[in-house]
Amino acid sequence: MIPKPSFSEEIASLLYSSHANPIKTCIQCGTCSGSCPVARFMDHSPRRIIAMINAGLKDRVLNSNTYWYCASCYYCTVRCPRGIDIAELMYGLKRYSIWKNQYKDGLVGPVFSETFVKTILGSGRSYEPVLATSYLFTFGVQKFLQEAQTATNLMLKGRLPVLPPRIKRLENFKRMINRIIPLRGGS
Amino acid sequence: MKKYAYFPGCSLEKMALSYHNSTVKTMDKLGVELIELDDWNCCGATAYFHVDELLAHTLCARNLAIAEKEKLDLVAPCSGCYKNMYFARAHLKNDPDLAEHINYALEEDNLQFTGSSEVRHLIEIFANDVGIAEIKTKVTHPLEDLRVAPYYGCQILRPKKAKEDVEQPRFFEDILSAIGAIPVEFPLRLSCCGGALIITSRQSALSMVRNLLQSAIDSGANVIATACPLCQVNLECYQKQVNQEFGTELSIPVMYFTQLIGLAFGISPKSLGVGSELVSTRHLVSYAEK
Repeated sequence: MIPKPSFSEEIASLLYSSHANPIKTCIQCGTCSGSCPVARFMDHSPRRIIAMINAGLKDRVLNSNTYWYCASCYYCTVRCPRGIDIAELMYGLKRYSIWKNQYKDGLVGPVFSETFVKTILGSGRSYEPVLATSYLFTFGVQKFLQEAQTATNLMLKGRLPVLPPRIKRLENFKRMINRIIPLRGGS
Repeated sequence: MKKYAYFPGCSLEKMALSYHNSTVKTMDKLGVELIELDDWNCCGATAYFHVDELLAHTLCARNLAIAEKEKLDLVAPCSGCYKNMYFARAHLKNDPDLAEHINYALEEDNLQFTGSSEVRHLIEIFANDVGIAEIKTKVTHPLEDLRVAPYYGCQILRPKKAKEDVEQPRFFEDILSAIGAIPVEFPLRLSCCGGALIITSRQSALSMVRNLLQSAIDSGANVIATACPLCQVNLECYQKQVNQEFGTELSIPVMYFTQLIGLAFGISPKSLGVGSELVSTRHLVSYAEK
């Protein structure tokens, strides 16, 4: 019988961008963590998360905030001496955790991403006011008011859209999406 | 005459309208024709790639296929759009199965991806295609004594695309020198603004913005120049939140590099969108009026 792939092998071969990501070759040098501007806010640094993946600590990896706190700055990716695409690895972990519906409680990232995707599928373009609904609920009163003030100022400067934009050939666009993932009512 | 398919991206429709306007005005002055990509769609930003990579590549491929129909290279002023479409093209070119799958979907909009159109960032068009020498010839109002912090941010340079120097780039400084300004030594010029973390992880993003603002101010800059709408918004629109969070009093204007070029070309500040900032830039206009 063919053995089930390890967690490390699963993560290494997630789709196109991380195709054959050589995470098993990691030498734990820490260049990624040293270059990462968000490392100190993460439950586990990038170096450590790679060690944990290679050790097969799946639940602890998935239940950390690390990959949802990656800002996609790609410093780790351009500097890794082993050629590991670490930022893409973080994307892979995000997708993996959404598929498995397993991620740390209280994170805004997964909710925001899903709201974003729904907005694009509906209109073809992004629309800031809708996106705001995915994170404002996490704010306390003071922060909410501050956010509202900034939004008002931007509105006064003509920098916030009033109506949601949409592309012209939206029907074609939706049928195109349906050919990738068939959704309800698709042709 | 140089001609490109222009992909403004969602931010430039409203939030970064001044980037759009200043791009159109300055490119026109340099004799470069920008044809807005017909019925373009969102590139997927970072969020789409979090959920489904195949769909995200499909979104990018539709834009690329429209540019191919026009037989033009595609230019994006947003670093995120640029990075997404650059790599979508690379992945589709390297993986015929992926391209075939996505082309099957593109048929619904009578489009086909072949990879014939290249993806470029706007700042490359200025620095390489037009060139520093040509920019200099159009300068009528050099921004003498204006000290500018050139903020490269992340995705113009990273991940590495071709042979460019991702650790010690100079092209932004060269552009600023060409328009008579002084590019300051800005140690954090390649550091991240936090990107979408400003929404999903406010605390960490504010701390990144704080470091950048402090670094720019310490380097003696009068203004930070950016080449990405998300960088501009994070660095400019959250200064109040940063000061509240950290008890600081940081304040520095943040403008698009195209606005600065436009001022040096003698284009009216209003038509470059100067005045739509939350941190006033009014005093900077006088540098072009000497």
